[in-house]
Amino acid sequence: MEVLVRCMDRLGIERLLLSQGYSAELHPTPAQFREENDRVMRAVRAFPDRAFGSVYISPAYLDFSLQEFDRCVRDGPMVAIGEIEIDRRANVPEMDPIAERAIALRVPILEHEWLKAGGNEPGESTPHDVVELARRHPRLQIVCAHTGGDWERGIRMEMAVRELGAERVIYGSDVGGRSFASQLAKVTGAEIPESAKELILGENLRRLLTPILRAKGYSV
Amino acid sequence: MIVDANVSLSRWPFRRLVGDETPELVRRLRKRGVAQVWAENFDGILHKDVGGVNARLAAECRTHGKDFLVPFGTVNPKLPDWQEDLRRCQEDYRMPGIRLHPNYHGYDLREPVFRELLNLAAERRLIVQLAVCMEDERTQHPLIRVPPVDCAPLPELLKRDPALRLVLINCDPAIRQGLLQPVLSAGGAYCDISMVEGIEGVARLVERVSPKKVLFGSNSPLFYFESALLKIQETGLSESEKDALLEGNARQLLAPVAS
Repeated sequence: MEVLVRCMDRLGIERLLLSQGYSAELHPTPAQFREENDRVMRAVRAFPDRAFGSVYISPAYLDFSLQEFDRCVRDGPMVAIGEIEIDRRANVPEMDPIAERAIALRVPILEHEWLKAGGNEPGESTPHDVVELARRHPRLQIVCAHTGGDWERGIRMEMAVRELGAERVIYGSDVGGRSFASQLAKVTGAEIPESAKELILGENLRRLLTPILRAKGYSV
Repeated sequence: MIVDANVSLSRWPFRRLVGDETPELVRRLRKRGVAQVWAENFDGILHKDVGGVNARLAAECRTHGKDFLVPFGTVNPKLPDWQEDLRRCQEDYRMPGIRLHPNYHGYDLREPVFRELLNLAAERRLIVQLAVCMEDERTQHPLIRVPPVDCAPLPELLKRDPALRLVLINCDPAIRQGLLQPVLSAGGAYCDISMVEGIEGVARLVERVSPKKVLFGSNSPLFYFESALLKIQETGLSESEKDALLEGNARQLLAPVAS
């Protein structure tokens, strides 16, 4: 976390929404999920002004995941769900109780989704799966991670702002695998208005998190 | 100031890009403090008339950025009379180097023709840029899926030809294959930073392979130019390391060709 903060300072990044510690497991066990969440909560407590936490769970372990949500979000310091990774696709019925918990506490879900030229992994969501989930839960706030995974060919920032509106686009670095820099460049280097960049770089996420931050007594 | 060693002119075949008109690209790069650009022509990736591709590249550089845009012509050794294309690059267009796309042009680095091409380029003191890939395989057009270049033969080829000066660009696959370090330590080889990823990725790369072996390259306009620039900002390199990476290494590499 010290390294992350050092890089954040160099690039003017105020806060992280942190998830998953540094596990590279594609199919973690409940014990590993718990370990990662503990790691994130330690980081959030050590750097309360620089990071919020997001609970790492999976519809593959529904009962455990609901308990973990309660432990980390309802009763703990975390303020979001995700990234929901590739154990199960976003349209499976096991996502419904997770979505209901998210709606009840007004926290967003960060959902992994891709459209890979070579085909997705088994259990890996496509954007179409996320659409199904969204249709079943119209009040659920979903952040689509990786922009469908087809950034360079399909969506670039100018297209995202044109087609979705700047209010629907959020800067996410995927740092660890990626750098802050390469993803930040997609916003700062884009031919979009400065007001759109401000929304993307902070205001949109702030708006999404405001209900849960207020409920927990964090400053907004 | 900055020397950007990895820029392309004309059209990326699969979408329009901000900056795919040369005057606009030149304006944007100058505004960001770039003093010199090593430019290829995107057309060279898929077009078969390589002679035409290189003629257009030379004209475009002369018209829109004399002394700013430095052309690197395409050579495809699978096409007839590629040696003539190489000759024209140097003698007719005064290009200091060439750019290769072995994966898009369909040859393996173990093929004898590749060695012949490297030998000729070294004899002519041309810089050889080898694009390991152009984009993430996962996001390619479904009908044109091109795996990255297998760089495994390069260390041996470099050892055999110490005069060769080779720049690996878009080298993320080589890093993942664990081949970048062996290539760069084998001889006159360099790499750019356009696809280097991870926290402080550029600093880690410089530490592993020597600050003298890394060039600033943006892969612009396919990538946003700011990506490479912000990676430098993220790293916390010393001022002398930054100067070498942003400009000094490229100028030094170009010097024997220019003299």
